[in-house]
Amino acid sequence: MPDARGHFGPYGGRFVAETLIAPLKELDEAYQRYLKDPEFIAEFERDLRDFVGRPSPLYHAERWSRELGGAQIYLKREDLNHTGAHKVNNTVGQALLARRMGKPRVIAETGAGQHGVATATVAARFNMECVVYMGADDIERQAPNVFRMKLLGATVVPVTSGSRTLKDALNEAMRDWVTNVDNTFYILGTVAGPHPYPAMVRDFQSVIGREVKQQCLERMGRLPDALVACVGGGSNAIGLFHPFIEDSDVKIYGIEAGGDGVETGRHAAPLTAGRPGVLHGNRTYLMEDDDGQIIETHSISAGLDYPGVGPEHSWLKDIGRVTYDAINDDEALRAFHHLCRCEGIIPALESSHALAYATKLAPTMRPDQVMVVNLSGRGDKDIQTVARIEGINLT
Amino acid sequence: MTASTDTNRIDQSFSRLRAAGRKALIAYITAGYPAPTRTVDIMHALVAGGADILELGIPFSDPMADGPVIQRASEAALAAGMRTGKVFEQVREFRQKDQTTAIVLMTYLNPIEVMGYVRFAEQAASAGVDGVLVVDLPPEEADALRGELTGRRLAEIFLASPTTDAARLDLIRENASGFVYYVSVKGVTGKGQIDTADVSRQVEKLRADSKLPVGVGFAVRDAATAAQLAGVCDGVVVGSAIVERAGADVASDRELSAFVKSLRDAMDQAVGA
Repeated sequence: MPDARGHFGPYGGRFVAETLIAPLKELDEAYQRYLKDPEFIAEFERDLRDFVGRPSPLYHAERWSRELGGAQIYLKREDLNHTGAHKVNNTVGQALLARRMGKPRVIAETGAGQHGVATATVAARFNMECVVYMGADDIERQAPNVFRMKLLGATVVPVTSGSRTLKDALNEAMRDWVTNVDNTFYILGTVAGPHPYPAMVRDFQSVIGREVKQQCLERMGRLPDALVACVGGGSNAIGLFHPFIEDSDVKIYGIEAGGDGVETGRHAAPLTAGRPGVLHGNRTYLMEDDDGQIIETHSISAGLDYPGVGPEHSWLKDIGRVTYDAINDDEALRAFHHLCRCEGIIPALESSHALAYATKLAPTMRPDQVMVVNLSGRGDKDIQTVARIEGINLT
Repeated sequence: MTASTDTNRIDQSFSRLRAAGRKALIAYITAGYPAPTRTVDIMHALVAGGADILELGIPFSDPMADGPVIQRASEAALAAGMRTGKVFEQVREFRQKDQTTAIVLMTYLNPIEVMGYVRFAEQAASAGVDGVLVVDLPPEEADALRGELTGRRLAEIFLASPTTDAARLDLIRENASGFVYYVSVKGVTGKGQIDTADVSRQVEKLRADSKLPVGVGFAVRDAATAAQLAGVCDGVVVGSAIVERAGADVASDRELSAFVKSLRDAMDQAVGA
C-alpha cells in the first residue's frame, strides 16, 4: 500500500488540476529514488539523531497506570523532539528531499503552527526561503507560534478565504505551489494531500513506530498489546501504527476530535461521523453537507481542526484494522490536567485526546498488558488556550 | 470518444465557427453569483454580447485552482444559497429561450461525488448541459465518470497545461471530447502573464493529429489578450474578468454584454472574420 497511483483501496489518489500532475510525478520519482539511496537514508537518520534528538524515550507512566488500575501505559515522548512535536520528523525528511531536488524555496500550511514552526526550522538550517500559509483566525489564536516562525526567518501569510483555518491554508499553499512550481517545494504537514504525500509523510513519520517496536522488544521482550494516537490529518498516528499493521495481535486505536460531542455536529471527526468524498487531492472520509460543501470543524485543539483525514486511515477503518473513536473537548481537557498532575508532563491538547481514550481503555485491560500512547507534542503552546477556557488571564 | 457526441452543441458550435473562419468565445461565470436569481439573465447577456459557449461554475467551498475573484464569487454564491441542484434548474430555464448555445458545467469533484455520477449525469443531460469539466479530475481518475457522461452525449473536457509533457498530451487528447482546455499559465484562474509564443507551441502539439478544438484560458483579462490568443487556438475562455463584472441588475447586464462584445470584436478582427 499504496498502489502506483497512490490508492489505499478506494481512497487516496491524485485529484488535482493538470498543472500539478507533473510536479507531483517529479516529487514521487525523486522520493522513490532517494528512499533507496543509502546516503540519503544515512543523512536523514543522522539529522533525526543530532538535530531532532531521536530516539525519543518510551516512558513508563507508572503512577498514572496505577491510578487507572489496568494496563501498563507507556508514553512515546515525541514531545521531547526539537520544536516540541512529531512534525519535525517529516519536515527534516522533506527538506533533505527539497535540497536534493534543487528547490531553493519551501512553502507549508499550518493550523496550530506546529508544522509551520517545524518547516521554518529546517528552512533556516538549509538557508531556504520559507513561506507559511496560516488561516487568519488561527494566526490570532496561536500568536506565539507565529512569532516563532518569524524569528526563524519565515514569512507567515494570513489566509482570509473560506473558514480562515487549516483547510483554507492548505488551499492557498496549493495555489502558491501551482504558481511557483519551478523553484518551490511544498512541505505538506500531514498524511493527506495528493499522492505521493500520504505515503511519503507516513514513511518519514514511521520512525516513531519502528522505535516503539524496538524499545518494547528490548525492554519487555514482546510487542505491546495496544497502541493509541490522536488523529487530525493523522501523521503521528500513522507514524506509530504503520510498523505494527501486520502484527495482528496488537490492537490499534485512532482518536479523533469530538469537539462539543459527535452528536452535536460540532466536531472534527470525519472517520467517526463523516463520509467519503474528495478534498485536497485525495479521496477520503470528510465532513461535508448534503451538497458536497466542506463544513466547519470544531475542536479545542487547533491541530485536530481539519475536515478530512489521511486516506490510509480511511482504508484502515474500512478493513477494520484500526478502531477509530472520538474524544470530546472536555474529556481531553480532563486528561490534560490529569497527566500534568500525575506525571509532571504538560501534553499538547491534540495528544490529550489520545490520553483521554487511554484512561477509558486502560481499566479494561490487565496489569500485565502494555499500552503505548503517542504523546505527539508538548502542551506549552496550549497554556493560553487552557487558561482562557478556565477564565484565567495570563497577560 | 468524439464520435458519440456528434450532435452535441459544443461540436456544432465549433464546426459553425470553423466554417466562418472564426474562433469560439467561451464565457465563464460562477452560478449563483451575485445571486442565484441573477444567473439566467447573466447567461443571456453573455450570449447577447457574442459568447458561443457558456461555462457555468458550480461553486465549491474549497476552490483550490481558482484565484481570488472566483474564490470570492464562490463564497458569495454559496452564502446566497446556491446549491448544485439549482444549476440544473438554471440551465433548464435558460434553455426555454436558447436552444443553441452550448453549456459546460465546470466544478470540482466533491459536489459530483455526493450526488453520485449517475444522478449528476442524468440531471445534467436532461437539463440541457453539453459538457462537463471537473478541475480536480485528471484523466487517470476519470473512467467512472466518463462512462456516465459519454453515454448521455455529454462531452468530458480535460485541462492541459504548460507542465503537461508529450505523453500526457496524448492521454488527454485520447480521453477528451468537446474541446481541450489549455491552461495558459502556471497558476490559478485570473492571474499571471500569458506568454503567447509558449501557448502557441503547446497548442500546436495538442492540435496535431487531432480534430479536437483547443480552447485557451486562465489569465485572459482583456480584449487585447483575447485577440492575441484567437490567432493561435480554436477558442478563448474568459472567466475572472467576466465574473468581476457580473452585477445585480439589468444595467449591469448591459455593461457585461458590451464587455463581451469588445472581446468578440477584437477576436474577430484578429482573425480577419
